[in-house]
Amino acid sequence: MVKALENYGWFLPVQASDFAADIDRGLIIIHWAMALIFVLWGIFFVYLLVRYRHRDGHKVERSHMSLAVSMTPDVAVLGFEILLIAVYAVPSWSRMKITVPPAEGAVQVELMAEQFNWSARYPGKDGKFGRTAPDQVDFTNPFGIVAEDPAGADDVVAVNEMRFPVDETVLVKLTSKDVIHSFFIPEFRVKQDAVPGMALPVWFKPNRVGEYELTCAQLCGVGHAIMRADVKVEDRASFDAWLASKKAAEHADAATPAAVEQW
Amino acid sequence: MSEHAHGHEEHSFWRTYVFSVDHKVIGLQYLITSLLFLLFGFTLVLLMRWQLAFPGQPLPLLGRLLSPEAAPGGVIGPMFYNQLGAMHGTIMVFLGIVPLAVGAFGNYVMPLQIGAPDMAFPRMNMMSYWVYLPGGLLMLLSFLLPGGAAQSGWTSYPPLSVINPGQTMWLVSMVFLITSSLLGSLNFIVTILNMRAPGMTLGRMPVFVWAQFVTAFLLLLAFPPLEAASILQLMDRVFHTSFYMPAGLVIGGQTTPWTGGGQSLLWQHLFWFLAHPEVYVLVLPPMGIVAEIIAVNTRKPLFGYKELVGSMAFIGVMSFVVWAHHMFLSGMSTTLSNFFLVTTMIISVPSVAVLTCLILSLKGASIRFTTPMLFALAFLPLFGIGGLTGLPLGLTVTDIYLHDTYYVIGHFHYVVVTGSLIALFAGTYHWFPKWFGRKLDDRLGKIHFWGTTVAMNGIFLPMFIIGMQGQSRRLYDPTAHLHNLVGQPMHVVSTVSAFVLLIFQLPFIYNFFNSIFNGEKVDSNPWKATTLEWQCPSPPPHGNFASVPRVHRGPYEYSDPAHKDDWLPQDAEKAVAPV
Repeated sequence: MVKALENYGWFLPVQASDFAADIDRGLIIIHWAMALIFVLWGIFFVYLLVRYRHRDGHKVERSHMSLAVSMTPDVAVLGFEILLIAVYAVPSWSRMKITVPPAEGAVQVELMAEQFNWSARYPGKDGKFGRTAPDQVDFTNPFGIVAEDPAGADDVVAVNEMRFPVDETVLVKLTSKDVIHSFFIPEFRVKQDAVPGMALPVWFKPNRVGEYELTCAQLCGVGHAIMRADVKVEDRASFDAWLASKKAAEHADAATPAAVEQW
Repeated sequence: MSEHAHGHEEHSFWRTYVFSVDHKVIGLQYLITSLLFLLFGFTLVLLMRWQLAFPGQPLPLLGRLLSPEAAPGGVIGPMFYNQLGAMHGTIMVFLGIVPLAVGAFGNYVMPLQIGAPDMAFPRMNMMSYWVYLPGGLLMLLSFLLPGGAAQSGWTSYPPLSVINPGQTMWLVSMVFLITSSLLGSLNFIVTILNMRAPGMTLGRMPVFVWAQFVTAFLLLLAFPPLEAASILQLMDRVFHTSFYMPAGLVIGGQTTPWTGGGQSLLWQHLFWFLAHPEVYVLVLPPMGIVAEIIAVNTRKPLFGYKELVGSMAFIGVMSFVVWAHHMFLSGMSTTLSNFFLVTTMIISVPSVAVLTCLILSLKGASIRFTTPMLFALAFLPLFGIGGLTGLPLGLTVTDIYLHDTYYVIGHFHYVVVTGSLIALFAGTYHWFPKWFGRKLDDRLGKIHFWGTTVAMNGIFLPMFIIGMQGQSRRLYDPTAHLHNLVGQPMHVVSTVSAFVLLIFQLPFIYNFFNSIFNGEKVDSNPWKATTLEWQCPSPPPHGNFASVPRVHRGPYEYSDPAHKDDWLPQDAEKAVAPV
């Protein structure tokens, strides 16, 4: 956990997905532009205050510059914004939020938010998610996976921890059980509200091995601040091993309630 | 209007000072009430700031006075923290800034500036205040209810707001507040259209009147959707209808009584359809105030009167088609986001135009650095920061990262606090002589100005830094997240600055109440201004003008070389200076 602190400094966190560089480029260009506008404007402002301060013998000049000239900053800002929209915002937004990547070949994850946990479900070796039913939901089965469905037998469920293989596209189906939450991994520069009654797609490609943090970014109740999960990006082999170990641990857990019932 | 209708008949104390129909008394009622609400809302955030800077530490002094449920052992609990957050936002916006900008300044100054004896509907004006006050008091009293005040943010997104305690009173109170602003806005529009003095054409109205005119349309057209939306939410809470509640909700492992079929996004659309125009309700009247003060203190006509007015009207129209830029990540159609991206970028242009006109008004001027002028000048760069930082938030791609972080908090506080509130302070210093016939003390005013502007920047600048680090807003304990640990000292800077800001409000509060009775007496036009409100006595009598003013010219005729003085009032005859 403490090791993860290396990911954060006084500016943007480390870049750990293929969206991060693109978003950071925009943030940096816009902030340089903002700084330039503010400084130029500030110099002009201070100059006016000093040059035209009231003093004895100072005469007011009533003439004004032409309206057309005064619109230069408006036109400049408009031009800059049109450029930003056309070459940056529209194409990048399309890549990040509109064009859903194909499910085949992607690492599929179902992610369900609830007060105040994140539950992840991986489809297992068969690549298929088992059927779910609301009446099957309990604390050991947050998704309500139906036991009879063979597709669900190898599904892996992890609560408040998730792992992704590096350099593979991850396609998340994001849902919420109760109120609106928001899926936010700062290092990935990925954010999406989780809305009850909706299943929303989220996708990204982690490109840096390491440990990161998933937090809830939308006020969801008293436990909002503690609603977080550990995210680990690792190589494919370690990821597969983790899935297998989760499955084994789940079987060990499942044995216990059954034994209690017999007793 | 005849003398008779606004005659000088004697009224009882109650009819003169409490249930008055005089726009000036109502304006002052709004002024005092909204300033007190602002102070209360500010106190709430001080408690939050303590928790943010020193999470889990008992609150000094005040901690023991809070109830054990709210703050066990003097430490603010997460539920109480969320109540403070929701109520701070609600109080500052709906009980503080809007009533101050519109109810107080609009009510008092606008009829005077157009040469009217009163508002068009004086009784409706009185009713607007007397609906606002109980709405506001209900909001405050909700802290004392079992379950406490609303705790789902000022945005009140369902399903959270529907299941959380405290929300019912918030909704009831909102219905009062919206009704009040509806009554007010209708009155403003009718007054401005019908009550102008002869010669006061639309093109001769002061910029402040234009700002109030546009604002009134925003209030009239944007608030009713929220009133309807609030009533629907109230029904979801009380009668378990499902306007906003989807099927199959499981809360804390329990199924819920809502049958489903509702859409939680519907509330967000209705809410932001109000709340984005609302931002311009918070901003336009302050822009008008700044324009007035700059004209008076530069001693020359404002630059680009038509451009200013046109820009404000354009902002007003556009503000109805940008609301969903608050919802880029809400689950709304992501293709639709591109439309709102474009409208959002378009609306930034008239805002740039307003600032440009105001700064170009300084060119060739003879600038007097009076206290109101200092506040008005500070508005320009600080509101500029607020506007500029809106750019990465309005741009869809960069908003993915910055949405719901402290960057957003920094951005809108620069707009509303260092922008609107600073301008409202400017207006208070500027029009105080008109209200009471006495001036606010200049030395205390300058102390207030410097302390306030420095402290405000100390509070809000650090928020951009921690926002860039990815810190989410509305966190009870920021240190619960690893990625917030580095930035934690910035919360201490913010909190210390917030307490400094409180200290620097003390000279203002003293100055305000002391000057009402003991301030330096001034004549009716101490700033040597041209607009009509300065051409009647201070304070103006019931009925305002001794005779109906006749307007001969535009509002900012300063330093006309063909006139004897450097100001030429709108209703005065031009007089050549004696040689």
